Amino acid sequence: MELLAQNLLNGLTIGSFYALVALGYTMVYGVLKLINFAHGGLFMWGAYLGWTFLTILGFLVARTGPFALVPVVILVMITVGLMGVLLERIAYRPLRGTGRLPPVISALGAAFILESAARNLYGASYQVYPTGVDLSGRFNLVGNLTVSYTQVLAVVASLLLMALLYIYVNYTRTGTAMRAVSLDHDTSRLMGIDVNRIIGIVFFIGPALGGAAGVLVALHYGSFNFTLGWTFGLKAFIAAILGGIGNIPGAMLGGLLLGGVESLGAVYLGSQWKDVIAYALLALILIVRPTGILGERVAEKL
Amino acid sequence: MAKLSQRTMGLRRIKPLYWALAGLALAIVLPLPINDYYRAVLWSMGIYVLLGLGLNIIVGYAGLFQLGHAAFYALGAYTAAMLNLLLGIPLLATLPLAILVAGVAGFIVSRPILHLRGDYLAIVTIAFGEIIRMLLVNNVGGITGGANGLFGVEPIEIFGYEFTSVLSNYYLVLFFVAITIFAVNRLENSRLGRAWMYVREDQVAAEAMGIDTVRVKAIAFVLGSAWAGLAGVLYVSRIGSVSPDLGSFLESVIMFAIVVLGGVGSIPGILVGTLGMIGLPEVFRFVKDWRDAFVGLAMVVMMIFRPGGLLPNRRVAAELETEKDAVATTAASG
Repeated sequence: MELLAQNLLNGLTIGSFYALVALGYTMVYGVLKLINFAHGGLFMWGAYLGWTFLTILGFLVARTGPFALVPVVILVMITVGLMGVLLERIAYRPLRGTGRLPPVISALGAAFILESAARNLYGASYQVYPTGVDLSGRFNLVGNLTVSYTQVLAVVASLLLMALLYIYVNYTRTGTAMRAVSLDHDTSRLMGIDVNRIIGIVFFIGPALGGAAGVLVALHYGSFNFTLGWTFGLKAFIAAILGGIGNIPGAMLGGLLLGGVESLGAVYLGSQWKDVIAYALLALILIVRPTGILGERVAEKL
Repeated sequence: MAKLSQRTMGLRRIKPLYWALAGLALAIVLPLPINDYYRAVLWSMGIYVLLGLGLNIIVGYAGLFQLGHAAFYALGAYTAAMLNLLLGIPLLATLPLAILVAGVAGFIVSRPILHLRGDYLAIVTIAFGEIIRMLLVNNVGGITGGANGLFGVEPIEIFGYEFTSVLSNYYLVLFFVAITIFAVNRLENSRLGRAWMYVREDQVAAEAMGIDTVRVKAIAFVLGSAWAGLAGVLYVSRIGSVSPDLGSFLESVIMFAIVVLGGVGSIPGILVGTLGMIGLPEVFRFVKDWRDAFVGLAMVVMMIFRPGGLLPNRRVAAELETEKDAVATTAASG
């Protein structure tokens, strides 16, 4: 029972990361109806850039310890966000209006470039975050149940980012424009919305959140390599589908759900079946309820 | 008039059959003067041509995004290897069984997902491909050899002749490539082939014309998967071992890229795509580390400048032209 609860707790931690990455998929899907296969790559670059910045800012880490993470995460978010904007400009915008296949292939290509670049520039071996930012302590909950400081920090940070996003999308002018664009490009344009600017903003925010998630995930696991982007990205995408793609609360729900289910599966079937469970869940959802839990019906051919 | 068209048509005037025969003659002679390393490159290109031609049925003709094709390749290879190692069945005799297993797996996997829209279908095929690979890695039933795979499979043997050398395996693959190209070419112009393209272009209209779209799509999936199974057996014949990496997502994307870069639905396009994806990186070893990046770059650049591929299928090319016109007209009127 305790093992189960502990696993579930860890699962929910991972789930909150899935949710943060899933938001990027869901936002882009919302405005472009495109599955951004390169998002996992951007997320992975977040982890690498976080490592790079922490190494460069070693003096800061030495002096302030974990607080050095604050400027690092912000820096990573800006950099990865700009990478996202660049990606959209180069690989997606020229293809707008050419149908569904070309952007998907272009996205896959971009994912390959990002992954290959990381492998060649940083090497294939695992990178370890500097020990200065490592929060090794653990909170004791009921009984033998514990959570690490890192876990708490990561979950709090991702919840905070998600709350900010929710407020931004629902209560600001730009957020309203974003929702309008996701409904109809042409009508939004008639209403005086600069659609390209909104798409640019989406491609900044989504990857920025993904980049932050990259740092948090790397911090949580302690080490990572270039394969992180693909597997984790795919899982996050599964989370987005699970909750209903294009739907922001859905992405959060889907992430937590997937994290929970995976951890339960790991307890009952063994951890080597974790990925199979996630993929099977995806297949099942798409076959039985392509809309996800909160989404509208979109996955069927029209 | 006749003279003019003769001059302007140029190479097009040569009958496709002669092109094919010339290509076959070249493919037969080419490996003779080179060393075993380059022969092995040619052999592996042959395998990928087979895989590409199979995938082309699914992606090119029927227009279904299949991003898990490598899983069926792995299934074929594993079926052959397991039958040979565990039951001692000669590799050649496992061929029909491996094709059957891959084909049936293709049916089982595709049947519930054929109604999904393009990009979603791609995602589910990735998921299924990964599930199949994970089953192999996790050593289901204790017979797949886990992450290491299986070793020591005997090569194909016909009338006492063992296909052990690279050259003999190359010719074996070439034999199947030639048959496949012939068959696929016939298929493309058959009733079924036209039905595939109809479904790809307009499913509703196809259905209205009395085409059983689900059945037609399922046939494409089964045929393509079965062909991947065949390629898997040929792979085992030369390498003698199998590992779960055969079914990795990277392999699937390489196959997908072969089909797309050469030109969706085009048989010469598959040859060009294979040359670009498999041949060139092998010859230019120095780009090997960056191969994935080049593949990715090629995919992005190609989609921007030549969405139809290098050697597009004539019908597809015509469609792209009209689509561009349509976009231009709407842009002008809007």
